[in-house]
Amino acid sequence: MSVVSSGLPSAQEIVGPTPGQRLRRRIFGHRGIVLGGVILGIIVLMAVLAPLLAPYDPYEQILTARIKPPVWYPGGTWEHVLGTDQVGRDYLSRLIYGAQISLMIGLFAAVLSGIIGTAMGVAAGYFGGRVDLVVTFLITCRLSLPVILVSLAVVAVIGGSLEVVILVLGLLLWDRYAVVMRASTLQVRSLDFVAAAQTTGCSTWHILVSEILPNVMNQLIVVATLEFAHAVLLEAALSFLGLGVQPPLPSWGLMIAEGRNYILFDAWLIAIPGLALFTLLLAVNLLGDGVRDVTAPENRG
Amino acid sequence: MLVYTAKRIVLAILVALTISMLVFSLLYLSGDPATALAGESATDADIEKLRRDYGFDRPVWVQYLSWLGNAARGEFGTSLYFRLPVSELILERLPTTMTLGVSAMSFAVLLSIPLGVLAAMYPNSLIDRSALFLAVVGQAMPSFWFALMLIVLFAFTWPVLPASGSDSWAHFVLPTVVLGYYATPAFMRLTRTGMLDVLSSDYIRTARAKGLRPASVLFKHALRNAIIPVVSLAAVQFGFMLGGSVIIETVFALHGAGFLAWESISRSDFPTVQAILLLFSLLYIVLTFVADLLNAWLDPRIRVG
Repeated sequence: MSVVSSGLPSAQEIVGPTPGQRLRRRIFGHRGIVLGGVILGIIVLMAVLAPLLAPYDPYEQILTARIKPPVWYPGGTWEHVLGTDQVGRDYLSRLIYGAQISLMIGLFAAVLSGIIGTAMGVAAGYFGGRVDLVVTFLITCRLSLPVILVSLAVVAVIGGSLEVVILVLGLLLWDRYAVVMRASTLQVRSLDFVAAAQTTGCSTWHILVSEILPNVMNQLIVVATLEFAHAVLLEAALSFLGLGVQPPLPSWGLMIAEGRNYILFDAWLIAIPGLALFTLLLAVNLLGDGVRDVTAPENRG
Repeated sequence: MLVYTAKRIVLAILVALTISMLVFSLLYLSGDPATALAGESATDADIEKLRRDYGFDRPVWVQYLSWLGNAARGEFGTSLYFRLPVSELILERLPTTMTLGVSAMSFAVLLSIPLGVLAAMYPNSLIDRSALFLAVVGQAMPSFWFALMLIVLFAFTWPVLPASGSDSWAHFVLPTVVLGYYATPAFMRLTRTGMLDVLSSDYIRTARAKGLRPASVLFKHALRNAIIPVVSLAAVQFGFMLGGSVIIETVFALHGAGFLAWESISRSDFPTVQAILLLFSLLYIVLTFVADLLNAWLDPRIRVG
């Protein structure tokens, strides 16, 4: 970057930031990334340290202490900061353990669909021709199916559980990966360094993994954050409709569903897990938008 | 344009056939459909009778073709729960879903396009930031939770609207807001980006330099071009809304096709589930087909390329 032709000061005299420093400066100067990263970090810590942080066992039912309000309501106590649910389980403990479920679903579903979609998209973009036709067709078919309806129906047939939800979402959410990876690979494929690798006799596998993939990584990360949020949202919706994670697991969506019977007088039973869900989704989206801004400022929108 | 249209029709038909196969195979996901339909208390004789009555003893491809043939004529069999023809059930419920879809789409467009245009006209202004805030919040808001919170606010705390049912227009207000807001961020971002691009282009500068009225430049020259990608997005978003209607109609107990889908799924009413799934997918295919043709007509580069 700082190497210039003769007549100008030599390279040593110019002390500019390295590309790495500049990237770091842009990352830490980006409000969305910092805010999203901090919130997500807190939620991840909460999930990892759940056994230490949770004041009670999230499954322990105390039937004499049902629907105790949170501390800021009249009648609330510091004993149960966020109150207790309809069977007397400590709401704060369930909320903390619930983070584990949302993060796990988001992570595994985003990785599984990421592997499928990236393989399809990169293959379509690199090989073109018939491979591209088939992949584009598969993407079109996938997009025609309403995700929520298909996952509801499939989960209903094979039975709801954490693993089933991860698998179903992972097998459904690859479309955006495939679309974006195909377009990015098409751009990278025609660049000189790919041609150089081809002429020096590198294997196709080597070109795909070492030349193409690192250069579409930014877009991959952006899509991964989007699909992470998408999977978290869908799990909550599935569990809310009774066809996702099954009780007594403390899924946030399930907690909202269980609180629904008390909507009239104890709306906080719904408000609290929903707020947690909203905060997690907001953090992931801010992070994703931020990564896109920093890596490709021209695509800001 | 004719070649492009023909190609698009062939693609749409192939996609529809593939989807129909997937929808049909849903029945076999559980292994044996007769056992699944009969339920847990059924005897072997019951299962055997069911197998013969529904024709599950025939080869799978024969079953698929006869199902597809019937579906093409609008016959999806009898609902296992209501004991009524599925097509009748769906036709009865579909107007509600379409009313919800159209009103939510109108809400989203009426909210997001003016906001997107204003945000692009005054980048980094207060209005731009508010629009961005609205989009970021909208993307992170779980729609079913937003729906419940609106019920708490507008049906209980400040009782102005009904919480559930589908008897009057008032029952559609909250579902429209929830489903419409769900589609708003995408529309607004696309309108804003499109307008920003167009407003910095040469022909807008020329139009301004000619001394055309600012309103004329904005609406006749800029918006018309910026809106092209929004047309495709509208088709896609309408498809997403059909999926979203399953959740929203269930929360508000709106008796539409989405609510019927959820009820049928929880009752293992396979003929109804398959019919709704196929119908929603076909609607999406038709909508994107129309949007593609419209786009090709608006933008010659698409139909040539």
